[in-house]
Formats: sequence, C-alpha cells, structure tokens
Amino acid sequence: MTVAKDKISIEGLTGDAAIAHALKQCDLDVLAAYPITPQTIIVEDFQKFAADGEVQTAVIPVESEHSAMSACVGASATGARVATASASAGLALMWEILYCAASMRMPIVFTVANRALSAPINIHNDHSDGMGMRDSGFVQLYCQSSQEAYDTTIMAFKIAEDHDILLPVMVGIDGFILSHNVERVEMLPTDVVTDFLGIREPVQPLHPDKPITMGPLALTDYYFEFKEQQDRAIQEVPKIYKKVEKEFEKLTGRSYGMIEEYKTDDAEIIILAMSTMGGTAKAVADVLREKGEKVGVIRLKMFRPFPVEEICKAIGDAKAVMIFEKAMSFGAVTHPLAMEIRSALYEAENRPMVLDFVVGLGGRDVPPTTFVEGYEKTKKYLEKGEAPLYETLGVRK
Amino acid sequence: MTEEAAVRIKDMLEKDEILSSGHRMCAGCAAPTIVKLMGMALRGPTVVCEATGCLEVATTIYPYTAWKIPWIHVAFENASAVASGVVEAYKVMHQKGRFEHEHVDVIAIGGDGGTFDIGFGSLSGMLERGHDVVYMVYDNGAYQNTGIQRSGATLPGQETTTSWAGKVSPGKEQRKKPIAEIVAAHKIPYVATVSPYHRRDFIQKFRKALEVEGPAFIHAISPCPRGWRSETGKSMELAKLAVETGIHPLYEVFDGEEYKMSGPSKRIKELTPIEDYMKPQGQFRHLFKDPQWEGFREQIQTWIKEDWELLKKKCGVE
Repeated sequence: MTVAKDKISIEGLTGDAAIAHALKQCDLDVLAAYPITPQTIIVEDFQKFAADGEVQTAVIPVESEHSAMSACVGASATGARVATASASAGLALMWEILYCAASMRMPIVFTVANRALSAPINIHNDHSDGMGMRDSGFVQLYCQSSQEAYDTTIMAFKIAEDHDILLPVMVGIDGFILSHNVERVEMLPTDVVTDFLGIREPVQPLHPDKPITMGPLALTDYYFEFKEQQDRAIQEVPKIYKKVEKEFEKLTGRSYGMIEEYKTDDAEIIILAMSTMGGTAKAVADVLREKGEKVGVIRLKMFRPFPVEEICKAIGDAKAVMIFEKAMSFGAVTHPLAMEIRSALYEAENRPMVLDFVVGLGGRDVPPTTFVEGYEKTKKYLEKGEAPLYETLGVRK
Repeated sequence: MTEEAAVRIKDMLEKDEILSSGHRMCAGCAAPTIVKLMGMALRGPTVVCEATGCLEVATTIYPYTAWKIPWIHVAFENASAVASGVVEAYKVMHQKGRFEHEHVDVIAIGGDGGTFDIGFGSLSGMLERGHDVVYMVYDNGAYQNTGIQRSGATLPGQETTTSWAGKVSPGKEQRKKPIAEIVAAHKIPYVATVSPYHRRDFIQKFRKALEVEGPAFIHAISPCPRGWRSETGKSMELAKLAVETGIHPLYEVFDGEEYKMSGPSKRIKELTPIEDYMKPQGQFRHLFKDPQWEGFREQIQTWIKEDWELLKKKCGVE
C-alpha cells in the first residue's frame, strides 16, 4: 500500500540534506565520518540531529577518512547498522579499507558527493573518486536527484544487509551539482522506514560470548576462496536490488531500476551517462526528437555490479552509443564507463559504434550544447564508418 | 566484571588462557607471553582489535586461530579506529536493548610500527575522543614482521635492515620516540610501561588500565630473538635488563600529570650500563667491534641517563 499523501512530508532539500534525512530515519547505530567538501553537510546535519537527540546513534568524529572507514568496519563487525560519507581525496585516503570492508563483508552504507581527485586540488564534481574505487567490491549506485538520493540511501541498507549480499554500498551524488542543489523531496514517515528496513540481523557478529577470529591471514591456500565468495555475493545484487526496489515502490510509487531508459525503443543513437548528466541528456533528447532525430538516453544508476544484460537490451539495435563520462583512466583503451560498455557489447549481434566523450572534469560545466556537439560528431563518424576510441569535449586543447 | 586478576602463580595456572599453544610465533618471542599476561588481568567480556604485525599474522593463519577470545584485525594503521567503532557500537546497541552486555573491555594491540609510526594518527585520534579502550603496544624495537626494519621505536645504535651498521654508520642514529609520554600528554586517565619479566607489575597495571574509564595505554617491551639476534632463552633476561639499564623504565602516568615510578625501577640504586643490555644482542655488535663508535655508545648512555634523571624528577624520586 502506498503511504497516504498526508503522511508524507515535503521539503526543499539539497542532495546532502536529503541523504542526512534518510540516514536519520534509518536508525543508524554508528556514523563515523570526517569532513570534506562537498559531502560535509551530510555529517553536519546528522551531528545536529544527534545534538538535538533526534537520533540514537554513536557519531564518531574521527581524525581521518582512513579511520572513518576503519571505525565503520569495527562497528559493522559487531552487528551494528553503520554509515559514513566522503568524497574525493577523503575517499582516496579510505582506499585501503574499502577493500577490507567489502572482503570482510561489512554492510556499510557509504554516501559520496562525487568530486574530482587532486592534483590540482579541485572541489567540484566529476567521477574520478567513484571510478577509483570501482574494483574495491562496493556496490555502486549513482543518483540523479535529491529524491533519488533520499530513496537510494534508505534502500542501500536493505540491499547491503541482505544475507545473500553482505557487502558495502556506495550511494553517489554529483558534488555541488546535486549535493548543494535544493530540490523538492518527499519523505516517508519514520515508522514506515523503520518497518521497511527492520533491524539489522548480523550473521556472524563479533560478540564477547561467541569467540571468533575476524580478518585473519589467508595465504595461497585460502585467499582465493575468500575472493570467489565475494564475487558470488556481488553477482547476487541485481536480484536483491530488484526485490528491494519493488517493496519500496509499493510504499512510494517510485523506482529507478539499475538503468533508466528514456526513449530508447526506436532510438538510432543513444546517449549513455550517469548521475545528473542524465537529466541534461534527457532534455537534449527531447529537443533533438522534436527535430526528428531518433535519440534516446540510458542513465546508468548501478555501476557495480555492472548490469550487462539490461544495458545490452536497452541499446538493442541502435547504430551508435555515445558515452559521456566524467573520469579518465590514463593510458587505458578508453575511459572507465566506455570500457565497460564496449566489453558488455562485445557479444552483441549488432554491435553499435561506441563513442567515448570525456566531459566535465573538475566540475567543468556540461551544458546541453556539449551533448549536441557529441551528437553532431557521432553522425559524422557514422557516415565515415569510423571514430576515435575516445575524445575530450569542452576543454581547451 | 567480577572476575579477579590472576597475580599469584597458583591463580595464573587456573585462569583461562586466551592464546592457545600451537601458534606460529618464533621461539623465544616475548609477544605471546605478553598476551598471556594480559589474559591474566581480564575481568569479563573482552574483545581484541589488532593491528597487522607479527602477532597478528602468526596467530591467525586461516583456517586456524590461536585466539580463544573474540578478535578482529582489519589493517596495519587502524587498530585504534577499529576499536573506537567496536566500543561505541556495543554501547549504543546496549542502550537500544539489542546487546546484553552493559560493558565490554575492548583492547587494541599493535606492534611498535603499528603504534609509534603508521598507526600513530589513529591512536592519537582515539585518545583525544576518549573512547574506553585499552591500547597495548608490544614494542620489539623494529618492523620485525617484514624483516627487521627501523621504526620510531628503534634505539639509537640498533642495526636493522634499513639502518645498517656500516663503515660510516653506527646503525640507527636517531633517538627513540618517547611514546608513553606522548600518549600521556593527551591527558588520558592511565598510561603504564611494563616488562613481561615483571609479571606481577604487568598484570596489576593491565588490570588498572581496564578499570579506568576512558582510554588507557600500556607500553610493553617485547624482546625479539630473531631481530635482536639474541639467544631464544634470553628474552626474559633482556626484558629485565631493559628495565635495569633505564632503556625501558617502569612507571605509570595518571591523567597525564601524576607520574609514579614502579617498584622494579624505583629499587634501582644505579643504572646498569647499557653494555650489559647490548652485548647479548647481535644488533648492537658493531658498536663494540668498531672503535669509531665508542663515542656514539657513550652518547647513547648519556641520553639514557638524562632521560632517567628527568623521569625520576617527574616521579618525585630522589
């Protein structure tokens, strides 16, 4: 049953504030975090809730992000519901422990206001931080709106804590573009969130009455088996994700899918992008459609695990896929998102032309004209029958 | 929280061991002894959070473990942060009625590398935030686990594989980081130095560390036959000499202010010359073989004496 309208509270919230509100309603046991722009408001708001007695959560204001993730692992090991938040350099400092969190199967929710990595130091949005942690074993969900950030944060706990998963989940929002942008957000009553999530039921907690050894040394004879199990767990995510979204949709009428498809059915050229770029891409597609161009959009929400089948199905018989991505993998064949798409499409019967446009690094604006520029180029490449592996748009060369 | 500390031999034999035999620590290593002495002080529900190091790798080779009490390891530099998360999680889950124990003794353990160096930031953060955790460093004076490299705890004159004694070098040239005093400067309730040779002093101090509310710190000297190139049967003797020479004096610091010299150090009339401590160890051999280092040896002795006098003053000992 969808929650009655008069029970829903509506507020104008930034992406950060929407996440903070979601965390507040998820009855966290522990939040350990360190300030970093543009994530800081999440922690500030949460600390305010704590100061006003609105949450029963141990907030640990750690001395570094490395310790933030470490304290989260310790807390999660006891069976607690745990979250943290970070971005950019902070996320990079956590890097070592991200792998530990995933491999030790700690269902931590990690909200990230995606931001460029240094150097030069830059506080604005791109996806270098998220792409940098892509092999850590975290589930990665990228959001397009404050509402989606709120909804996804709540669902993230249910996915992470599912006994078939037990993996940490990253919820990404674009730094400043979404983290500091006020949007209308519908919030559920807290008791509904409480019922939806339930209380975490740990499988094998660190408990003084039941001695176990966690995080041992495993060498050539056992390490690989740990990884085999971890791989199996992340492959279960789509199944659980769909189940959780279905339940959430019953309450709210909202669901997002692992990918969002927009006018892809008959599309000849498909724009593929993540996070807030999805919104711009959809507006561009509308305008181009008015001009008779058959354009569609895929907005990828789940980057890990990568939804191969859904992507291939959505691309269908399109002639070209234009990827707009906000990260570089220096020296690679293409950049991270395009590499995934190219691999995913390798077995496809009608392989489309794949264009990789790197845009928006360090918060460089990605206006509709950038998409149009890519579109014009793509049409030319289609005529010629060849295209560069990747190119950058919107940068002085 | 009622279980007594086992201080008398008879009681020690009856107290449950927390570390089983069959672990893979080196023969003569003092670290397992230190852990077992720690076990003698335990009083109730306990969880250990350990940093990467000799003790960690050699006691938990999957699928085996030597630990009979709950234990977690995450990484090298974060035992304090992990412990912070563990202790706060138990507290809040108890408040919410989801965890039966009102209190759990959370102990973090690290070697000197994991404490003096790479884990120092994490340790300092934990102390400043005031989590109710006992942190114990077992200090074997170098990164022994990776093959004897110098750390902030390495003594001047000590040869390691990154502070070689050579034609122009006497081994490590710098002084040892005064970790107990740095920790005490955080004004935490309790800091103590211990030696496994002085078992009664060790157990009593560890018990005190568990009993204070807020962070406590135990600095244990831990002879390492492999790195120190000493005889495996001499570890306890070296743990005794470390105290007698003033290299590892035994004392307590309350609230970062009140220094108290412990019995074994207090009874010292005159410091034993550092030669007595150094000569049984191959890692100092060059200081005696090569006459050019005589001056440096004297310098080390002077440093130790100066530190000793300063400590006596702080402890109000004449």
